[in-house]
Amino acid sequence: MTTMPAARSATAAPPAIKRDWLPILLVPALAAAALPLVGSFPGWLTLTVAGLAMGMMIFIMASGLTLVFGLMDVLNFGHGVFISIGAFAVTLIVLPLATLVQADSVLMNVAVLLLCAVVAMVLTGALGWAFERAIVRPVYGQHLKQILVTMGGMIVAEQLIHVLWGADPISVPPPEAFRGSVLIGEAAIERYRILAVAVGLAVFAAMLLVLNRTKIGLLIRAGVENGEMVEALGYRIRRLFVGVFVAGSALAGLGGVMWAFYRQTLTPGMGMEVMVLIFIVIIVGGLGSVGGCFLGSLLVALVANYTGFLAPKVALGSNILLMVLILMWRPQGLYPVAKR
Amino acid sequence: MAEPLLSLSGVNTKIGRYHILHGVDFAVPKGGITMLLGRNGAGKTTTLRTIMGLWRAAEGSIRFEGTDLARLSTPEIARLGIAYVPENMGIFADLTVRENLVLATRERAPDPRRLQWIFGLFPALEKFYALAAGALSGGQKQMLSIARAIIEPRKLMLVDEPTKGLAPSIIRNMIAAFRELKRTETTILLVEQNFMFAESLGDGVAVMDDGKIRHTGAMQALAADRDLQQRLLGLHLDAHQ
Ligand SMILES: Nc1ncnc2c1ncn2[C@@H]1O[C@H](COP(=O)(O)OP(=O)(O)OP(=O)(O)O)[C@@H](O)[C@H]1O
Ligand SMILES: [Mg+2]
Repeated sequence: MTTMPAARSATAAPPAIKRDWLPILLVPALAAAALPLVGSFPGWLTLTVAGLAMGMMIFIMASGLTLVFGLMDVLNFGHGVFISIGAFAVTLIVLPLATLVQADSVLMNVAVLLLCAVVAMVLTGALGWAFERAIVRPVYGQHLKQILVTMGGMIVAEQLIHVLWGADPISVPPPEAFRGSVLIGEAAIERYRILAVAVGLAVFAAMLLVLNRTKIGLLIRAGVENGEMVEALGYRIRRLFVGVFVAGSALAGLGGVMWAFYRQTLTPGMGMEVMVLIFIVIIVGGLGSVGGCFLGSLLVALVANYTGFLAPKVALGSNILLMVLILMWRPQGLYPVAKR
Repeated sequence: MAEPLLSLSGVNTKIGRYHILHGVDFAVPKGGITMLLGRNGAGKTTTLRTIMGLWRAAEGSIRFEGTDLARLSTPEIARLGIAYVPENMGIFADLTVRENLVLATRERAPDPRRLQWIFGLFPALEKFYALAAGALSGGQKQMLSIARAIIEPRKLMLVDEPTKGLAPSIIRNMIAAFRELKRTETTILLVEQNFMFAESLGDGVAVMDDGKIRHTGAMQALAADRDLQQRLLGLHLDAHQ
């Protein structure tokens, strides 16, 4: 192979490096703006940590859904099933192993939590695989049918939970070490919320690592942008999609576990109830963007917590307002994904 | 004559309700560059997409080294050794230049010697190797799209209008790069509107119009016959530079 001179002009203009920081700044800006409104620093800190914890849990539940949409344009309204199943999977561990939950040993408590996470993720991952094959695959590319069919699947699954676990709410207190609060200055911060923030950050970091540092991750990002070209390079996008669907379902299951101990009460509809927030989050973040989903989750949860304290009457509408404002600023969401 | 590398016969392609290709017949011999020319809307892109399996041929056969591509999926076709440089370049804007090339590589990592060779063809890619591909200029994106197709040796390259929207100096760079590619084993099927570009690179040529092949022959013969060009492509003398 010989080399040859090439036109220099092609190298002349150095392209501008643009990093989009504005959406990231929204989170601290929102928190800072809330401080004078809340008035007291301890109260603000409690609310902020509560918002961050809730945001992280929503992120864990929502992250798979945004990739599922980004990769194959599949609208899965049944995603909430995996959250509910993940939450109910907790009973499989917590009820038989109640002594470990109550044990005065952090190690045992953490072990129970890990076991819950593993069981829930395996269960929801397997269920996700079956759900993709039986329910989603026949309706690739047909949005209206996707909505109807996945909602149908969700209703059936909810009824199944009713049958298997009964209609009465089930109480699931978190393991001993994660009950109660710690005092930071004057502010009481619930231990479980600190745990939720830590788990959320770990999941986010792991996802970024996979998406940025592995070939599978690169393929997912490339596929979200231009699936046809990924196929023309020799990769089967459907197989990639199944993998993402299973991983997304397992993450929703993990989110369900975290959510279960947070609410401490299980109801079959608990997954469906958070779906409204999850859809707001992935729209706000930009469909297909994991970074956007993360920021969107934090914004939505912080707004919900601040307004819940400042003006409980408008708390419900505040997230819709947030979504409208952000879409007025960026109609495709915080981080629009470049499409072919 | 030797068996051609690729041959299309009676290929019909429909996109939704529209019948676009009406029985396309032509062959691409092994080696060199075969030009596929034609006016806007003649069906050139549709032909390449049909070969690549991105549109399904409703009728006809597309044989590549004895395999009928019309039965295979796009990834299977790619893995037979066919690379595609689409009209819109299809680069992944969110990924870096390096990551774009890594995805085009089926081995674990790009071969360093081959990478150096590509950098020799397109120095801009070395300069902006770690940069998001979306930040590249149009010409640099085109170079990246071609680089992806040659990062590993492939048997056939389908290239759709590589000069579209490029400045003359970059077109000269492209001509030089394709001259270099002609010295490799790779066979190239190249769609062009720029006749000067086609003339300086093409070995064989097929001209299409209205979803059918109207003429096949040697590029030199077409380049020498102004009347034929006028008839097939509607070229005016001032289109020559
Ligand atoms: N997705 C589509 N849906 C409907 N019609 C299409 C589609 N893509 C192309 N066509 C039509 O098919 C015909 C051939 O298009 P094609 O893109 O193959 O032409 P082309 O020779 O590549 O033209 P150009 O030189 O402008 O790129 C055109 O009439 C075009 O309008
Ligand atoms: Mg075209």
